[in-house]
Amino acid sequence: MSWLTNFVLPKIRAVVTPKREVPDNLWDKCPKCEQMLFHRELEQNLFVCHNCGHHMRLDPARRLKILFDDGQYTKIELPKTVQDPLKFRDRKRYSERLKEAQAKSGPGSDALVVAHGRIGGHPAVAAVFDFSFMGGSMGIAVGEGLIAAARLAVLQEAPLIVVPASGGARMQEGILSLMQMPRSVLAVEEVKEAGLPYIVVLTDPTTGGVSASFAMLGDVTLAEPGAVIGFAGQRVIEETIREKLPEGFQRSEYLLEHGMVDMVVHRKELHETLARLIDLLRRPHPSAEVVPLPQPAA
Amino acid sequence: MRHFLDFERPIAELESKVEELRHLSNAGDLNIADEVARLETKADRLLRQTYAKLSPWQKVLVARHPERPHARDYIDALVTDWTPLAGDRCFGEDRAILGGLGRFRGRSVVVLGQEKGSDTESRVRHNFGMAKPEGYRKARRLMELADRFGLPVIAFVDTAGAYPGVEAEARGQAEAIARSIEACLRLKVPMVAAIIGEGGSGGAIAIAAANSVVMLEHAVYSVISPEGCSSILWRSAENAQEAAEALKLTAQDLLKLGVIDAVVPEPLGGAHRQRGEAIAALGDALERALQPLLGLDGAALKAHRRNKYLAMGSKGL
Ligand SMILES: [Zn+2]
Repeated sequence: MSWLTNFVLPKIRAVVTPKREVPDNLWDKCPKCEQMLFHRELEQNLFVCHNCGHHMRLDPARRLKILFDDGQYTKIELPKTVQDPLKFRDRKRYSERLKEAQAKSGPGSDALVVAHGRIGGHPAVAAVFDFSFMGGSMGIAVGEGLIAAARLAVLQEAPLIVVPASGGARMQEGILSLMQMPRSVLAVEEVKEAGLPYIVVLTDPTTGGVSASFAMLGDVTLAEPGAVIGFAGQRVIEETIREKLPEGFQRSEYLLEHGMVDMVVHRKELHETLARLIDLLRRPHPSAEVVPLPQPAA
Repeated sequence: MRHFLDFERPIAELESKVEELRHLSNAGDLNIADEVARLETKADRLLRQTYAKLSPWQKVLVARHPERPHARDYIDALVTDWTPLAGDRCFGEDRAILGGLGRFRGRSVVVLGQEKGSDTESRVRHNFGMAKPEGYRKARRLMELADRFGLPVIAFVDTAGAYPGVEAEARGQAEAIARSIEACLRLKVPMVAAIIGEGGSGGAIAIAAANSVVMLEHAVYSVISPEGCSSILWRSAENAQEAAEALKLTAQDLLKLGVIDAVVPEPLGGAHRQRGEAIAALGDALERALQPLLGLDGAALKAHRRNKYLAMGSKGL
C-alpha cells in the first residue's frame, strides 16, 4: 500500500472538467444503422443512437463523466510499469505501437484510467478501459492499474466499479499478459475481503482473458445493451464448429438469458442504477426511517 | 511405428538404417557391426545437437508430440489409490480435465490433469484436452474439497486452450475460468502445477495459479498459440515460427521472467523417447516443489501465492 499513500495521493490531479472537443455543427454516423446524427444531440444522448438505440463506445473521459455524480471526478496517476518487457516485434515493434497509442492518449498512458468521486453521494472508485488504446488489451500496466484501483477503493472504503472494453490480453507482452488474469483476480479479492462492493459494467467488447478474469467476478454485473461479451472470439468458434453462430450470440441480452449477468442497463439509467445498488449495499439501515413497533393492545 | 517430427527426419533416417543393418547382419560380420556402431554414434550425436538447440517453434512441436506422456500417464505412474471423481454438479462431466483423489508419495492429494487422449477414440472422449465450463467448475469443486480436508493440490497442465464452442459460451466459459483462477488463489492448502506439454492461455492458467509451477524442458506456455498470434499480428498463418520466437514461450524464457519456478530436464530427444524417465523426473520435481510448502499454514500459503503473482512482471527479459 505504500506507493499509494506516498506516491499516488500527493500527485492526484485537480478535478477534471472535460473540454468540448468537437464543434457543435458536426454530424456522426451510427456504425450500426448508418443514420446521420447531429453531434450535439448524440452527446446529449450519451452517445446512444436516437434511431436504433446502438450504444457507441465511449472514451474514458466521457465514461467517467457519466458514472460520477455531476460528472465530477478525480483521476489518479497510475504506477509506472516496465514497457515492452519482451522486446516484442511482429511486423512492427511493440515499443512503436505503444508510442503511437500514447501519442494519442497522453504520455505514459495505457488502456486503463482510474478515478474517484461520488456516486449517489457515496464515495466510489472507478477503473475504465480505453478501447482506442490497443483494443483495450490487458498487459502489465492495466493489471497494475486494476491493483491500484482496488487499493484506492480499500483505502477510501469505497466500492470499486470496473468498466471493461477490451479484446483480451495484450499479446505483445506474452505470458506476462496472461499473468494479469490471476493478478486482476487478486486485485478484486482485496476489495471483496474488505467487505466492499465490486460492480462490473460490461461494455462492448469484453472478451478473452479480460472476460475470463476480473470481469466475470462482480458482486453485481451490469451490461450495456448489445455489447459483445464472451471468452472465445466469434471467428475462432466459427472455424472450430464450422457453422454460423446463432443470432445475438455473445450479446448482453444473450448473456442475460443464460444467467451470466444481472441486468442489461441503458446508458441513460446507468448512473441511477449504480447509485441505487451502492446505496442498497452500503446503507442497509437508513437511520431516518425508523418506524416504532406497534404497541400491543392492553 | 514411432512418430517423427519433421526436424527429426535426419535422425529418423539414421536410426532406420541402423535397424536395417541389424536385420541383415550375420553374427560374424564385423564390417556390418562396425557400420552399425558408427551410425549409432552419428545418430546419437545428431539427436544431442538437435535437442540442445531446439527453436521455440520446434519446442511447440515437441510439446504437442502425440507420444509425449500425458496427464493420464503421470497419474498412473506417480499416484497410487487413484480415485477419479466426476462432475461439476451443475451440468455435466467434462473428461478434458481429469480430477480425483489419490496418494502422491504416500500423501493424500487432489489431482487435476488436462488430458488430450492418445488415440482417436480417447481424443474424442477427452475433447482433445480442451475443457468446457463443466471442466473448470469440476476443478473448482475439487479444489474446494482439497481445502476442506487440508489436502495439497497437484495440477498437470496440457491444453491447447479452453474449448471455443457455442455451448461452452452459453454456459459461461469466461465465468468458469475466472472462478477457477479465483479458487486456486483462495486455497489454504499447497498447490503445485506442472506444465507437461502445452500451457494454452486462459484454459491453462485456470488450473495453474499455484504456489509453485514446474515446467518440462521442452514444454511451452503462452498467452496465445503461435498460429493464433501469427494470424492476428502478421495477418497471415505463415509466421507461426516468428510468433513462437517473439512470444517467449519456452521454459527457459519463462524461468527468467519469474513466471515458473523450475525447469525439469527431459531425457535426450524429449519426453516421448524415454517416457518412464521423464515421468520419474517430473515426480521428483513435484516433490521438491511441494516439500517447502507443507510446513506453511493456510494464511501463509495464500499470502505466498498472492505475493508471488503480485510481484510478477516487475522486470522484463
Ligand atoms: Zn443507429
